[in-house]
Amino acid sequence: MPIIKQKDYKTWKKFDRKRDLQNWLCWFLGTLIFSFCFGLISSKTIWFYVFDSHNEALDLLGRMFPPETNYFLTLIKPIWDTLNIATIGTTIGTLIAIPLAFLSANNTTPSKKFLRPLALFCIVSSRSINSVIWALLLVAVVGPGVLAGIIAIGLRSIGFCGKLLYEAIEEIDENQIEAIEATGANKAQIMTFGIVPQILPAFTSISIYRWDINIREATVVGLVGAGGIGIELDAQIGDLAWAKVSVILLAIVVAVVFSEWITAKIRRFIL
Amino acid sequence: MNDKKVIWKRKPLIKNRLLRIGLILLISTYLLSVFLTTEIDWQRILEGIPRGKNFIFAFFPPDFITRSDEILAGIFESLWMTIVATIVGILISIPVSLGAAKNIAPKFVYFLSRGVITLSRSFQEVILAIFFVKLMGFGPFAGMVTLSLSTIGFFAKLLSEDIEDINKSQAEAIKSTGSSWFQWVNYGVQPQVMPRFIGLSLYRLDINFRESAVIGIVGGGGIGSTLNTAFDRYEFETAAAVLIVIISIVMIVEYTSSHLRKLIK
Repeated sequence: MPIIKQKDYKTWKKFDRKRDLQNWLCWFLGTLIFSFCFGLISSKTIWFYVFDSHNEALDLLGRMFPPETNYFLTLIKPIWDTLNIATIGTTIGTLIAIPLAFLSANNTTPSKKFLRPLALFCIVSSRSINSVIWALLLVAVVGPGVLAGIIAIGLRSIGFCGKLLYEAIEEIDENQIEAIEATGANKAQIMTFGIVPQILPAFTSISIYRWDINIREATVVGLVGAGGIGIELDAQIGDLAWAKVSVILLAIVVAVVFSEWITAKIRRFIL
Repeated sequence: MNDKKVIWKRKPLIKNRLLRIGLILLISTYLLSVFLTTEIDWQRILEGIPRGKNFIFAFFPPDFITRSDEILAGIFESLWMTIVATIVGILISIPVSLGAAKNIAPKFVYFLSRGVITLSRSFQEVILAIFFVKLMGFGPFAGMVTLSLSTIGFFAKLLSEDIEDINKSQAEAIKSTGSSWFQWVNYGVQPQVMPRFIGLSLYRLDINFRESAVIGIVGGGGIGSTLNTAFDRYEFETAAAVLIVIISIVMIVEYTSSHLRKLIK
């Protein structure tokens, strides 16, 4: 932090000249990149629609209110389906994630050269494909319906749970394993009495966390036909029945808040 | 010595026996009711199996060439969208996160900002995208607006938590020099949250790219529209190529961003 001497007084600046120039250059480059990208986007945009969007929004809000409240009764089954997609999907996902996590953790993997990279690849590819894309794929294969949604959510959860779980396995206390080993336990016994009790808290909190995320995801897999409340949303938007759409949106918010509340409760109860 | 064997049994996970049995009963009734209320069309699944086989075989080899123009255009569009949306989203998030920090903002502003964050978090990107596509027309602009708005919920929430954790005495030292509010934020608060700020920005860049692949499905532009078109045409070879491209770019972005984050720390 230099002190700059002017003719007759001293003044303080945060950075010296060189750093100032560097910062300026960074801002300049950043602005350049931003305007370049924005230019490309705006060349593909019909600005008339964008500038007109506030009128459109007001119009839409006007059509959404008042919500058609008695429509809620027909929503109960889709909401139940959504909850099931999230719950069963999470269960399947975590069950598959457990062996994958053991294969990809550095300290428990049976073969570092072959099985570990394979398991890691499964985890990464499951993580990088969004559940909506999984659903799109599965609807083509098993047909539209709840089953496609369950499998999609399950497949997406494998990567998330697997990654967090194998990191938890890598952080376990080796002394406890050694103590179990010293009693003459075999591999399976070391697993059940040495490793599992240590990762059980992490496992529960990971699966609850994922369940919370999956409730949100389960609301959208229906948009591509994979069951749950998304199907209803897609249908009502298609029918331009905005008074019903607002009821669905309200139901989604309630479901999300409810799942957040319940996960907080369970977490406090268990941990 | 008596001959009685001493047997050790593992402690059950839940001590209360009633609770244990109750939980098992509860879970099994839930599973049964799920099984009874979900319709599964086995006929359709049997029909789908050859299609699934086709899809899996389409990965060997995937077809990058026939639609290479569309794939390239889609990816670049996704990248522009991601960059612009992340920058715009962060610029909006900064005031919101200052407002959502308990130690800086007055009560009224605090609740307002928290409300904005909750609203932005409770709707999935895809649902937001449907509405913005409806309002602003098809194309990357709607996708960009969607991504910027959903950035707020993530970025402002985590940044405001970091602002709440700052070292108070440092901030107070700046205040005691007689600084204005902006000088106080600029010299007292901002340097303390800067490492987290950069880390979060990189992380969000990574997430936004992933999401940009999805919002294309509902008309928000980018690689998602290419993927959706490929599925609609039953061109599984092209779809496989797009998926491979998405996976590899996500892996590259994730690897670089985690590497950069480590470097900054």
